[in-house]
Amino acid sequence: MAATAYWLVRLRNLFAVVMLSGIYSLFAAALYLVMDAVDVAFTEAAVGAGISTVLMLGTLAMTTDKEKVHKGPSALALLLVIATGGVLVYGTFDMPRYGDPNAPIHQHVANRYIEKSGDEVGPPNIVTSVLASYRGFDTLGETAVVFTAAIGVLVIIGRSSGSAMPSSNTARRRENDDDVDEGRAP
Amino acid sequence: MMIEKTLLRVIAKLLIPLILLFALYVQFHGDFGPGGGFQAGVIFAVAFILYALIFGVRVARQVIPASVSRTLLSLGVLLFGGTGVWSMLAGGEFLNYNVLASTPLAGQHLGIYVIEFGVGMTVAGAMITIFYTFSGHVNAELPFRKDRMKDGDA
Repeated sequence: MAATAYWLVRLRNLFAVVMLSGIYSLFAAALYLVMDAVDVAFTEAAVGAGISTVLMLGTLAMTTDKEKVHKGPSALALLLVIATGGVLVYGTFDMPRYGDPNAPIHQHVANRYIEKSGDEVGPPNIVTSVLASYRGFDTLGETAVVFTAAIGVLVIIGRSSGSAMPSSNTARRRENDDDVDEGRAP
Repeated sequence: MMIEKTLLRVIAKLLIPLILLFALYVQFHGDFGPGGGFQAGVIFAVAFILYALIFGVRVARQVIPASVSRTLLSLGVLLFGGTGVWSMLAGGEFLNYNVLASTPLAGQHLGIYVIEFGVGMTVAGAMITIFYTFSGHVNAELPFRKDRMKDGDA
């Protein structure tokens, strides 16, 4: 994973970068699998390695597959990255050891889910009962987010039917009009 | 996007029904094994996107028109929210599935079943809609691409 991440940063050919990020997602899915988070691994493999790769390729086809090379590294950016990374690493010192049964996350509602969800909700897969029943509101919100995302894509880069172009053309014309108006104002 | 590779076409034809079947399995077996509506929707959309990549977006649009994917997208959210309203009408709180059937357990099972189906519909609809939107732009703007790149360089 570290090697993949390194080459992700180094490479300038965005096509290779998209492929590498798919591989990175697949590694992440394997990592989740090792940590017994099967549902998350499932999602990561399907969304991260599958759909987002295709969508990124679509974006490349719309734009260009070469990254613009910027001038030398900026000291301020390096400082910011190191500071943020340092804070994050400092934060992990407070976290309980992985799999520690006394960690706060295992003391709160998790026990109730494990002991009672079979009687209260039913499905043997506790993840499903938590997501769909105990946290039904959250899942409704997530579904609404997915819905909003698709609507947002439709609104921003045009309707997917044959009439896609006129709407974006009017948008472009509107932008031009705005520019003209701004030019006149002063 | 049309590809004339026989091998790809044959393998895709073999794989796509299996992927669709797996999506349905993940959808309706999510209570017992890993998975659920979200994963099932994504897998369903992936099967369809594979079809579109191999056989061309034009053919794919005839199989599932954009209006159908948009309808799926909104119908899923409606189904989810509607289940909540249904449980309110049945005398419980919003999204309290206990009251949906004669016993609380059966009600929970029915409720989870329905809302997972709603999630799957929305996710599949969203993925296909986004893919259509992107591919529509790719096809429409491809002839102008070189001009735009020249503009960018200059």
